[in-house]
Parts: sequence; C-alpha cells; structure tokens
Amino acid sequence: MPTLNTEPNIADADAFYEALIDMHRDLTPEQSAAANAALILLLANQIGDLDLLRQAMAKARASVATAAD
Amino acid sequence: MLGCRGPPPMRGMRRRWGPAMADPDYQSLVFSYVRSPDQDAATPAHHPVVVVGAGPVGLAAAVDLAHQGGVRVLLLDEDERLSTGSRAICFAKRTLEIFDRLGCGDRMVAKGVGWKTGKVFFRDAPVYAFDLLPESGHERPAFINLQQYYVEGYLLDRARELPEIEIRWKNRVSGIAPDSDGVTLTVTTPEGDYRLRADWVVAADGTRSGVRALMGLESKGRVFRDRFLIADVRMSAPFPAERWFWFDPPFHPGQSVLLHRQPDDVWRIDFQLGWDADPAEERKPERVIPRIRALLGEGVDFSLLWVSVYTFACQRMERFRHGRVLFAGDAAHGVSPFGARGANSGIQDAENLAWKLALVLQGKAPERLLDSYDAERVPAADENILNSTRSTDFITPKSEASRTFRDAVLRLARDCAFARRLVNSGRLSVPATLRDSPLNTPDEEPFTGAMVPGAPITDAPMRLGDRPCWFLRQTGNAFALVHFMGADDCPPEAMCSLATGSGIPLRLLAITPAGARPPPAPRGITLIEDTEGLLAARLDARPGTTYLLRPDQHVCARWRHLDPPRVRAAMARATGHA
Repeated sequence: MPTLNTEPNIADADAFYEALIDMHRDLTPEQSAAANAALILLLANQIGDLDLLRQAMAKARASVATAAD
Repeated sequence: MLGCRGPPPMRGMRRRWGPAMADPDYQSLVFSYVRSPDQDAATPAHHPVVVVGAGPVGLAAAVDLAHQGGVRVLLLDEDERLSTGSRAICFAKRTLEIFDRLGCGDRMVAKGVGWKTGKVFFRDAPVYAFDLLPESGHERPAFINLQQYYVEGYLLDRARELPEIEIRWKNRVSGIAPDSDGVTLTVTTPEGDYRLRADWVVAADGTRSGVRALMGLESKGRVFRDRFLIADVRMSAPFPAERWFWFDPPFHPGQSVLLHRQPDDVWRIDFQLGWDADPAEERKPERVIPRIRALLGEGVDFSLLWVSVYTFACQRMERFRHGRVLFAGDAAHGVSPFGARGANSGIQDAENLAWKLALVLQGKAPERLLDSYDAERVPAADENILNSTRSTDFITPKSEASRTFRDAVLRLARDCAFARRLVNSGRLSVPATLRDSPLNTPDEEPFTGAMVPGAPITDAPMRLGDRPCWFLRQTGNAFALVHFMGADDCPPEAMCSLATGSGIPLRLLAITPAGARPPPAPRGITLIEDTEGLLAARLDARPGTTYLLRPDQHVCARWRHLDPPRVRAAMARATGHA
C-alpha cells in the first residue's frame, strides 16, 4: 500500500502558498469554502489512489480533533 | 580634523577599538555641529562623493568607499545623534562578513548575541524549530542580535579612524540640483545655508528620504494595515539566545508575538496589535507592562527601556540610480520587519555601490558601471519585498480563508515536515544571488552547487602559512583570482601576468589541497591551504578550477582551467568595459 508523503514535495513552497491564498482573493467566505471543496475534488482526482486519499483524510481530521479549538 | 565629536574619551582622538575596550553609551552621544570652511567658500567646495545620512547604510557606504582605494567622502547628517532605541537588531551572516571587510566585524560579533535557531509556537504548544546555519566551517554565525546604536557606533568609530571620511552633523540637504557632471547641494545648518558641489551623491537618508522628496521621486508599494508594538525590556531571563515566534498565543490571543535576545540583558518583544489599535494609547507603560507581564508570567522583574508602535509598507523606487544621485537602503526600498531584510539589504546596497563608484571616480571604469547597481540591487530589493510580503501575509492573514489555511498549516506542522516548510514567521535575510547581472560571465563548463556567477562567495576554514584563517578574509576590496591547484602543482606563471596591465588591482590566490607542500609561490601569489577540503567542495572545484571574485566578494566568472584571455575578458565585463 502506498504511503502518504508528508515530506516537502513542492520545490517553491512559498510560491505555492501565495498562489493558494491568491485563489481566494475577493471571494466571500461561502465562495471560499466552495472553491476549497472544488480544489480538493480536483486534487483527489489527480492523486487517484483511494488508499492515499484515505490516509490524507485521516491526517486532516486528526489535526482538527487533537487541536483544542 | 574631523567634524564630529563626542564626549571623552573620544574627543579629538582616533583610536583603534578592541573588544576589551568599554563602549560609550552610544544612544546618549551628542555630536557637535562644527562650522566648516566650506561654509565660507566663495564658490561651492568640491567633493567627489557626498553621502547623505549617517545611519547604518550611509556609514557603511562611507567606510566602504574609503576602503576602495581611498575615495574621499563627505558624510552629512541632519541630526546630532545615533539611533535612539534598538530599532534594527538582527544582523545576518553576510552583513557581518561585510563588516569584517570594513574592519569592524570583530567588535560587532564580540558584542552581539549570536544565534541560529528559531522556534515557532502555535497557541500553547511548540510547533517546530529551525536551524539557519546547519553546517560548520564558517567564521560568522547565521545572525547576531545587536542594537542599531551599537552598529552605528562601531561603524562611526571605524569611520573616524579613516582620514578619507569627514562627517558633518546638523547638516541637512535642503536643495539638490543634479546635472550631467555632478550635483549642486544646498545644505542647511544652525548657522544658515551653504552650497557644495559633488561628483556623486549617495542618498542613504532613510524611509522618509529628504533627497528623494527634493527630487520629486517616490517609493511605491503596498502599505500593510496592521500595527505592531516593539518593547525593549531589561531583565535576567532564562530564555536561550533563539528567535521565538508565537502565533495566537494564550497571552496575546488572535495576534502574533516575537521574542529576541539582545546584548546587555535586553530583550526585544514585538506584539502584533491589529489595525484598530490606538498608537498613542498603546505606547503608554500602563498598556505595555501588562502585555509583557502576560508573556513573562508573574515574578519576573523587568524594566521597560524603549517602546515604539509602528506600521510598515513593502515598497521601492522604480530606479535606484538617477544620474549622479544613487539611492541606497530604506531611501530606495522598504520591507516589513519580518525576515530582517531592511538594514541587512541596505548594507548590501552600500557594498554593491562602493567599489563601482570608486572605479568610476578613479577613471578605471566607465559611468555605465553604475547602471549595474540598479540592475543588481533592484531585483535584490524585489526578492526581499517578495519574501517579506509573503511572511507578512502568513503572519497577519487578510481574509478568513487565509487564516483558515494558516491555522491548518500550523496544526499539521507538528507532525508533517511539508507543513513545517510552509510555516512562514519570516524568511530570514540571505544575500541575493545576482543571477542576471550584466557583470557576470556565464559558465561555459558545467558546475554544480550554489556558487554560480552572481553569488556571494562562501566562507571556509583555511591555512595561510602556519596560521589558520578564513577564506573570506583573504578576499574583498579588490578583484581576486582564486585558482585551485593539485597536490603536486606549482602556481601557474600565467597568474602573475594577470595582476598587471588593466590598472585594476587583482589579488592572486592559489589554493592548495590539505597537506600539500608546494614550493614557494612566485611573488604576488598568496598560497592558501584548504585544510578541510571545504572550499573545494563548496565551490565544486577541481585542480585547475579558477574563480574570479569582485571587490564585494561576489562570483563574476569561473572556469575549469586558467585561461588568461578569458580572465581579462571577464574582468572587462565586470567593470563595465564590455
């Protein structure tokens, strides 16, 4: 089973992050949430491997569950 | 006779400073205005270079010019004091290397607090730590923290040792008339106005540059709608010499906090306040002290030394060269404080400019060499502005979506390395690699590693004769040809022929591998042993490899073999002749 890569994998991480935040410029919070959902679906389709996606989902959920929000 | 004076023991004396000598209280020094004979001259007195502004950048520019073949410099400052308050405190490795070249690095490092580790906290827990200089074999640390008034004081002490430099306090430039041959300045003093004639003017007069305003020029960019509180406190605290950064800590919810250690048991604390904060209110001790108390906890005694509330903009002038007037430092460009890219980049401006201006003044390079100041330092400013803007956007998210992503990154950062790479509490100052400089000669042979043409050359431990030394100390203030030899090689005679002819000084360095015992070098060539092989490794060098370094220690060309005609062509290119 493939393992989720949590090591740095984007050559210019700061440029990626800037583009990600730019994607939301001038959007309402509702639009931002919808754009994020669309982005996740697109990226999930690109990854394609359901095992990897399940690992990513588990990691994402755990990050919220363990942080005392 | 120098035009600047301070209280005893400095009055009227030129002295060499050692680390053991006690420092004066630089913040309290007052430099008297002294009338200059120029003020009584019938026609405006002529000066090759007038530097405006005796801050870190103006002082560094003046000292550097004096080092570049003894250029005579007049330094004007509208004030009579050095920096009040600690202001810029983080001085990067590259800046320390420049200070070494200027002859005051040892004092800075002896006084400063060296550090290389940064720790990031999110809410009540540590997220991760980073190391800014993970490898050894460098003379200087990643950073020192040192109050700006010490940096200015040490640069000033150095300037006073140099007979080429004259400083005039309470001399404000109130008029400027550039033409094709020079600049006529009107200078306002407590005793009225007088005029000066300069071949060149370096405007290092800060964010609100008077010279820039007089010339009708602007520095434009993005103003950030946020306010920050700086507090310097004196205390005995158990924290290590590290940079600590909190996102949304329990003691200052919803905002960021930065803690830095300075010399003299002084600590810098930086609180994000938000745009709606009232600067006048926030400066009051009754507002500041509870914020600090919340961070330190009860039972820690401290005294408040200096408080400031600031905003910032990321901006720059369209061009830094305007004919005979050259802008440097905050006058030319501005960044947020996150990343320590303000003073550090300004001092890099000064060093980029000094050797070029000296060669032009000495008639050894055409005026167009100064266009390369613009071509090199504008992209460097853009790199600093980009990094500084990204850090600021991460630290102070401007939208709900941005804050959601930031907090998600911080939550993931505890156990995902990729997310740690995204956490941005400031990308700390590293010197720009001048990749696209017109002064570079492109590689014709393959090389690997970071020392590409345009890069500031790296340091390495070496041996000169019987004594250990550092590579960077053997370079700078002149061009240097660095030739790597094999174990059984002799320095090539061809090197010697390169040292003469162009009129531009060229230092010849032959690098021997560890343990080699070469015969005595021909006159004019300095043999240096690469004791740990680190220089060759860092420069991807093999026997025969030859680097040409500029007076500011940047690589301008490199080859796998020493070929005098190619070296001459690269020298011509690097001095604006080609």
